[in-house]
Amino acid sequence: MWTVVACLVPPLVLSVFIFGIQTLIITAVSVASCVAVEAATQKALGRRITIGDGSAVITGMLIAFVIPPGVSPLLPVLGAVMAIAIGKHLLGGLGYNIFNPALLARAFLLATFPVAMTSAWLPPLSDLAIFSYLGTTIDAVATATPLAVLKTQGLAAFSEQFGAGANLYTNFFLGWRPGSIGETSGLFIVLGGLYLLYRGYITWHIPVSMLTTIALLSWGFGGEGLFNGDPLLAVLSGGALLGAFFMATDYVSSPTSKTSQLIFGLGIGALTVLIRLKGGYPEGVCYAILLMNPLSPVLDGFFKPKRFAPLQGGAK
Amino acid sequence: MTSLLTFPKGGVHPSEAKNLTSGLAIEVMPIPDELEMILGQHIGAPCTPTVSIKDVVREGQVIAEVTKGLGVPLHAPVSGIIKGFGMSGHPMRVSAPSITIQTDHAAPAVEYAPSAWQGLSREDLLAKVHGAGIIGIGGAGFPSHVKLNPPPDNPVDTLILNGAECEPYITADHRQMLEHSREIVEGAKVILKILGIRNCHIGIESNKPDAIAVMTEAAATGSTGEYAITVDPLQVKYPQGSEKQLIQSITGRKVPGFALPSAVGVVVHNVSTTKAIYDAVVLGKPLYEKVMTISGKGIKRPANLRVKVGTRVSDIVAYLGGVTPELAKVIMGGPMMGFAVSSLDIPVTKTTSSVLFLAADEIDTTPHSPCIRCGWCLEACPMGLEPKEIALYVEAGRPQDTGQFGVFECFECGSCAYVCPAKRPLVQFVRLAKMKAKR
Repeated sequence: MWTVVACLVPPLVLSVFIFGIQTLIITAVSVASCVAVEAATQKALGRRITIGDGSAVITGMLIAFVIPPGVSPLLPVLGAVMAIAIGKHLLGGLGYNIFNPALLARAFLLATFPVAMTSAWLPPLSDLAIFSYLGTTIDAVATATPLAVLKTQGLAAFSEQFGAGANLYTNFFLGWRPGSIGETSGLFIVLGGLYLLYRGYITWHIPVSMLTTIALLSWGFGGEGLFNGDPLLAVLSGGALLGAFFMATDYVSSPTSKTSQLIFGLGIGALTVLIRLKGGYPEGVCYAILLMNPLSPVLDGFFKPKRFAPLQGGAK
Repeated sequence: MTSLLTFPKGGVHPSEAKNLTSGLAIEVMPIPDELEMILGQHIGAPCTPTVSIKDVVREGQVIAEVTKGLGVPLHAPVSGIIKGFGMSGHPMRVSAPSITIQTDHAAPAVEYAPSAWQGLSREDLLAKVHGAGIIGIGGAGFPSHVKLNPPPDNPVDTLILNGAECEPYITADHRQMLEHSREIVEGAKVILKILGIRNCHIGIESNKPDAIAVMTEAAATGSTGEYAITVDPLQVKYPQGSEKQLIQSITGRKVPGFALPSAVGVVVHNVSTTKAIYDAVVLGKPLYEKVMTISGKGIKRPANLRVKVGTRVSDIVAYLGGVTPELAKVIMGGPMMGFAVSSLDIPVTKTTSSVLFLAADEIDTTPHSPCIRCGWCLEACPMGLEPKEIALYVEAGRPQDTGQFGVFECFECGSCAYVCPAKRPLVQFVRLAKMKAKR
């Protein structure tokens, strides 16, 4: 668990230089509340207190990573209650929760604080003035995410605001674009994900099938006419990379057999593109994963490991 | 380098820890004053004693016979006096009925000399194997003469000798191969003659290059027009020495569920069992000694020992200079499949391959936590089962419903528990499920 925490630190540090020091404050509040809520809930339910296992710390970091950088630092406290108390422990506790707790918190915050969650986006800093957003009124500086611009104003406005070509891809890959706290640093997220792959903590099946599906469907249907979309931009936008490596691969809420994992990733990718292109929200990774989570046991029930030598007559 | 043979599905790579004893020659332990002979050493009903209290017995004499079902007779490992009948400690069954023999240290050791066996009939050879009390001493204790007499509707064409020794720490088979390669190959020829076949493959994991070299030479010398004996180096992967996995590695054949290897034309014997068959047929010596590995950081002097069957673990500990202060756990058998024991007052049986004295840094005592469904156990299981589901069902009080996940195909190799990040005792859950579920 602590390895995952370590993999989440580089994107967090980078976010300080992109959106300012308040990303660190929000993350600290989020992690502290998750650990506190975990301890309180386990005590209330009479279960063993397991805050030392790092699981609540990861959830805390991930909640912060999926909310806008301009929100009140108190917002993640509510998110922590939703994620840990309700999403994790009341739904069964570690190992039994159906949904990814961090994403459940994001969905909850999006429903309860729709204005903050959809407008507190900050333009990336260009001068490393990491304290400049402290104390300012968010309304004065707020901007829109690339996917929102693309959805509501079209490709021309998007290119005008974010540039085009190699410059655009570089900025997006490095993380210099408006977005949630931890989702923009494509480079560090991919590096962290590759490290988890290298250490064998995750396998390639879910990230590859999810990102490939997003790329292919966005290429096919994301542009003017057919096969005119930008697959690379689709993968670098929104929470696709963060979701693919750190959310959809959550052991508890994802399937265990490899075939199931491929289908699970495909489903997330397809739902993400569907929501992005046709749904009411500019971004769909969060809901796509939450919609696929409960299908995990169903998929595992369908795709069982191949038995070496099943007993004749079948088991009862 | 050519690719090594292995099985395709599952398996793990635990640290081998064999270097504690792999370089130590087999050492004969002095005979203790008393031996406890457990009556049920093999699979099947226990033997019935054929001696009475205060009887004088001679080394190699039968002291208990099979009266029903599958089984082999039990022999006195020493000359001495029958001291009594009672219960002995047992690693799996807690306690088991036994005969205690008091050693007569003055009696001379029985000498055995080789005799020609080639002229004997198949039936005579089988009778010798049965009469010498030979069972599969590498694992389950299945009577060898039964394996050597496969049902006529399953024609056998291949003999496999199991020298994989994939369990960490254990080096008993390794040393037997190094020190008794000729006897093992001769034993293989006896088996080939009984089975009426020509081909024998000796499977050895590639972490024992010295054994591969010695056995290859012995096999080449032993191979004649009549017999073709070869050594097959195997990839180091646990559980390479499991019968079904070994057969798949070497022949590519898959033994169906609940079937014996003869169903796919194969008979498998452990190399040490083959040595025992040599002793029985060529020397006429019954099986009453056992080569075993005593290892771990918890014993003063790790060793490969030849002990009399019935020797108490406590006597072995005393002979090896006692335990070290670091000792944390004692395991009879290997670290993957063996059983932790709470007493040293347990006698060695024909199937005891090792006793491990492990220090705190050789074991993991982290308390287990809930399953997080990472699926690592699915990847590790060589049988393609779902250990996590079996464990969850047992925890939920539904062990009777675990057949659907293949609980009866599990041979308890422990690969799942080895990889489990939540440290769940998956093998123990499986054993519970097997007890409660019905086939």
